[in-house]
Amino acid sequence: MKILTGNDLKTGAVTWWDGTGWSLHVADAADVGDDADAILAREEAARRVNAAYAIEAELTASGVRPAHIKDRIRGLGPTVRPDLTLKPEDPDAVREVI
Amino acid sequence: MYQYDHYDQAMVDARVAEFRDQCQRRLEGKLTEDQFKPLRLMNGLYLQLHAYMLRVAIPYGTLSGAQMRALGNIADKFDRKYGHFTTRQNIQYNWIKLEDAPDILADLAKVEMHAIQTSGNCIRNISSDHFAGAAADEIIDPRPYAELLRQWSSFHPEFSYLPRKFKIAVIASETDRAAMRLHDIGINIVRNDAGELGAAFYVGGGMGRTPMIAPLINGFVPLDQLITYSEACLRVYNRYGRRDNKYKARVKILVHELGAEEYTRQVEEEFALLIAQSIEPPFAELERIRTYFDEPAFDADASDELDRTDPDFAVWSDRNTHPHKTPGYVSAVISLKPVGGIPGDATADQMRLMAELAEQYSFDECRVTHTQNIVLPHVRKADLFALWQKLDAAGLGTPNLDQVGDIIACPGLDYCSLANARSIPIAQQISQRFHANGKGEILGELKLKISGCINACGHHHAGHIGILGVDKKGVENYQLSLGGSEAEDTSLGKITGRGFDEAGIVDAVETSVDVYLAQRQDGERFLDTYRRIGMEPFKEALYG
Amino acid sequence: MVDPAQNGLRFRTDAPVSDPAVTVEAFAEQTNALAVRIEPGEDVRLLLPFLDRLRLVEVNFPSFGDGRGYSAARILREAGYTGELRAVGDVLVDQIAYMKRCGFDAFQPDELLDRGDVENALSRWPDVYQPTADGRVPIWNLRHG
Repeated sequence: MKILTGNDLKTGAVTWWDGTGWSLHVADAADVGDDADAILAREEAARRVNAAYAIEAELTASGVRPAHIKDRIRGLGPTVRPDLTLKPEDPDAVREVI
Repeated sequence: MYQYDHYDQAMVDARVAEFRDQCQRRLEGKLTEDQFKPLRLMNGLYLQLHAYMLRVAIPYGTLSGAQMRALGNIADKFDRKYGHFTTRQNIQYNWIKLEDAPDILADLAKVEMHAIQTSGNCIRNISSDHFAGAAADEIIDPRPYAELLRQWSSFHPEFSYLPRKFKIAVIASETDRAAMRLHDIGINIVRNDAGELGAAFYVGGGMGRTPMIAPLINGFVPLDQLITYSEACLRVYNRYGRRDNKYKARVKILVHELGAEEYTRQVEEEFALLIAQSIEPPFAELERIRTYFDEPAFDADASDELDRTDPDFAVWSDRNTHPHKTPGYVSAVISLKPVGGIPGDATADQMRLMAELAEQYSFDECRVTHTQNIVLPHVRKADLFALWQKLDAAGLGTPNLDQVGDIIACPGLDYCSLANARSIPIAQQISQRFHANGKGEILGELKLKISGCINACGHHHAGHIGILGVDKKGVENYQLSLGGSEAEDTSLGKITGRGFDEAGIVDAVETSVDVYLAQRQDGERFLDTYRRIGMEPFKEALYG
Repeated sequence: MVDPAQNGLRFRTDAPVSDPAVTVEAFAEQTNALAVRIEPGEDVRLLLPFLDRLRLVEVNFPSFGDGRGYSAARILREAGYTGELRAVGDVLVDQIAYMKRCGFDAFQPDELLDRGDVENALSRWPDVYQPTADGRVPIWNLRHG
């Protein structure tokens, strides 16, 4: 699947296109098919997202998994500070993104 | 240390107002991201993996207690209660909101600090020797020259859209503690045969994907021509540095392609024209700046004795102090490299404690080192034990300066959008490994440096042992190099051979260290042994 | 294209030169030309023999990130050029204060600049550190009378 990610212009937070808006959680990412460029252009112009780009991902049993480790780390947080990730209570979260 | 007058303060305040206005125009849509990006970068604001990142300038690495405290308070107020000290003596905050950035700059301005030109294709923060003004081996304190260069380079109208970034380091001793020759311009303040002070200019060094050691282009620039000569170096670069390829745009490539001799000729030609323009500051200005760096009121009767009764303290004081020019004093190095910790990170509480200790024990001064540690430059030997106890209680007493655990590591793929691989977990595993197996205790000086991509922010080219993270078909892979040095015996490391995975690179470092332990002769450091026996024995052990 | 006179970004009192700016190469050959346009890769010092007849130099900025034109401007002013020095092309409001310091006294940006933003930009800096061709007294000298 193809999904979109970027950062919130004001806060810088990593966001994922969920089909209607931008979510903080990669699990919400929607498959955009061939619409990536059109959505990116529209959303960037409206300043609802900054520095957004399209990436490959796959749907696994545990949810949406970006193909590249960089985007998996973006989706979770720094692997060296589990306390600062989006899943501080999940001891397996870091292992799963690597 | 230097203090702003109303002119300096007004310039920094104007910059805060300017950036507030620029942020506003970005949020309103009057600036596109392409237009805004160079403006925010020139205020130290990056967009990184997880958020905006703000890099704050620490000119020549020198901080007062109040400034260090303000850095801690910013970490609490605007970030997640920590900061990261960098290899260019700056500090970075990792979780910044764009809408907060102008307020942070305003808080910094209140303590005479800023984030001006900590990124972008302009002249960056001027770095220097972290023992400046204290080291027994310096010929003069280099920081007044660095401060003059800071003022000259701030808001320089001609050099804000250079081909690439431009880094300058200034030192004033034979011993190089600032990786001087790995900068775009390295300046060494020297004395000529007549006893006069001048500046030796090395131009065209750098790391990155094409590491180069800067050649000497002028061995003695009189100090009343320092700014004019710098301007000539920059103008030749601004006009002729390559702009067709980002990776060939640093001045090192220009110097390399022209040859040092031809580059020097062009600089001298430009200098001859510029000297007629009288752009040099009045010499009284250098004298004015110099008064701020006068020696503190050292106690002439300070005891040179050290009570070494506590064995842990004795180890720490042997490893983490540096000789001071004044009897009875030392420079103490606070390691930000606890075993298994994140190199260069300090919590807000630790920053405030270091601020307090600087005020109490070091004439209100601390320094950031390019190896991501903190120095209290002027500590009485009589106070050293009390200082160490407080540091140790706060997790800041690790006795590993310049040892295998004192690793330089860039933020890597955990934070950086340019990185190809993670650096920090490798550093953590190596420091844990050598702590657990006890070998860390017997290795002596061993400088290990890790970069998560070819941009080499972790100085891997200059590590006795260097590690470079690369992306191998979506999987992290690590190349090992040996034999680099950023000191006065500057050299660039050589790659051992094929790379390793995450577990493999930690083993490979240990294997290399074992070769050294088996082969070292009396008093040799890892680097000395490598230079004597060459790469082959290491290759044999690694790849057999 | 924005007319610099219309946009108010001309800081001179003499009448603008109406001649079209020619290339550096053509300028050297046309002994009656008064106006020249210089591109980033061209050596501005080729113009120095002709300062007596030059009335307008347009310095082109094809992209705002290419800063060679800043050096070109200062070199002309340092050599004594007093005619109009006009920045043209991808010239952004956040750059004009620095450009003015380098000796530009007219601006013809591809995109119309907001008048309020221009005024803010030009009044931003109370003083300056470096001496340049704009004649402002640097802080270094103010400090020492």
